[in-house]
Amino acid sequence: MQYLLSVIHDKTNSGTPEEQDAIDVFNDKLVAEGYWVFAGGLDSPTTATVIDNRDGEAVFTDGPFVETKELMAGVWIIEAPDLDVALKLATEGSKACNRKVEVRPFL
Amino acid sequence: MNETAAQEAITQAHHEEWARVVAALTRRFGDLGIAEEAAAEAFATAVERWPADGVPPNPGAWLTTTANHKAIDRLRRENKRDDKHKEAQMLSEDDPPEPLGAIEDERLRLIFTCCHPALAMETRMALTLRMVGGLTVPEIARAFLVQETAMGQRITRAKAKIKATRIPYRVPAAEDLPGRVTGVLAVLFLVFNEGYLATGADTDPVRHELTAEAIRLTRLIRALLPTDGEVAGLLALMLLTEARRTARVSATGELVSLEEQDRGSWDTALVVEGHRLVRERLATRIAPGRYQILAAINAVHTSARDVRNTDWSQIVALYNQLARLDPSPIVALNQAIAVAELDGPEVAIAAVDRLEDKLAGYHAYHATRADLLRRLGRSQESRAAYDKAIALAGNTAETAYLTRRRDQLG
Repeated sequence: MQYLLSVIHDKTNSGTPEEQDAIDVFNDKLVAEGYWVFAGGLDSPTTATVIDNRDGEAVFTDGPFVETKELMAGVWIIEAPDLDVALKLATEGSKACNRKVEVRPFL
Repeated sequence: MNETAAQEAITQAHHEEWARVVAALTRRFGDLGIAEEAAAEAFATAVERWPADGVPPNPGAWLTTTANHKAIDRLRRENKRDDKHKEAQMLSEDDPPEPLGAIEDERLRLIFTCCHPALAMETRMALTLRMVGGLTVPEIARAFLVQETAMGQRITRAKAKIKATRIPYRVPAAEDLPGRVTGVLAVLFLVFNEGYLATGADTDPVRHELTAEAIRLTRLIRALLPTDGEVAGLLALMLLTEARRTARVSATGELVSLEEQDRGSWDTALVVEGHRLVRERLATRIAPGRYQILAAINAVHTSARDVRNTDWSQIVALYNQLARLDPSPIVALNQAIAVAELDGPEVAIAAVDRLEDKLAGYHAYHATRADLLRRLGRSQESRAAYDKAIALAGNTAETAYLTRRRDQLG
């Protein structure tokens, strides 16, 4: 089963070199142990554009979809047999990147 | 067949077999919802059949078999048989019995699933009472003073989350076990406390059905994990607390403090069992955890035939030990109450006053201050503290007690 690990943070571009190193180590472990699907950091929320084309006429809005202090700063997508494994990896991931991490399964 | 006897057999089977039936079906069908519904149907069938046909020789096996048939019928009706059967098949093929050693009871898996840390604490309590305790949704809703529909939704959502996120149905690995048992015990202790000091203006001050259920489930955990010290400690703590239940509220619905309780009305059998568990833990010479220390404190209290014979120095020593383990302000408050008995209220009030920042919103803080100030003859300050305690207390018997103490001030 695949899980989305969303990295949640209240600032942007604040990753330190130490955090980046720890993330690299964690990523290597995900690959080595067969959990790795995909991972990536996101640019600042100010770079976001929201598109609403539900009425057939696209409306573009400058900025993220919600006014909030915390936003997604990056993601891991992992393949794990169950939630306990996903939670354990998310716990390590949170330590590595020094951020909160949300775990949600894909449908 | 005598109808009363059949009824009794069903009640007993419900207590003893409900969790086992739900656990066996969860294992087979990999779905808590199906397991719960089929178990409920099997018990409903027993209610119909047993008075006429007689109680089967092995009620547990009869209920599990019946529930299995009900589950298969249901899956057939829902026309999802192939999918679900495949799922069930997968479970049995991919998931050979894990080596669980001494703890391979199915019910233990069920408890760990219901008390999974990915669920909110109140959801864990509700789910444990339903799946392991066999309480109905209306009963649980009443216990937590919420609407039946809201409680039903909470339980349904929890089952859906377990399924969608794939919370595993297993006993945690050895290295994760201590942490996860702690969560299970916290759930049971919360259920017990909600029964022992029930909150809400419209509830009974003591909810015996909740304390009894918490004790029953803790006994089950104890049977499943007999060497776990904190499980034994929590059971002892509950038994020694429960032993004083009937002495704790007066005929007029007022809380009776420990010193004023009629010790002759304590439940001797529970006291004896609690003491035995505390002694058993002491004999292991393994450093005790929080529940074991709390149980030991209660053992000292219940050993005194008269409040004047209470060994306060031992109680203070145990609180010191607890404070090292759990330096929380609530432990410090209880420690100060014991210190008042040993060293006098002047020493205690100084310690209590230091906790104001952290405990200003907690009724017991103000009640403790009120009592100490009364003993020091500072009536006016005591009255003000009683007022604050009364405003914050949620238990009707406690409010009545505090009001009387306040009105007795000169």
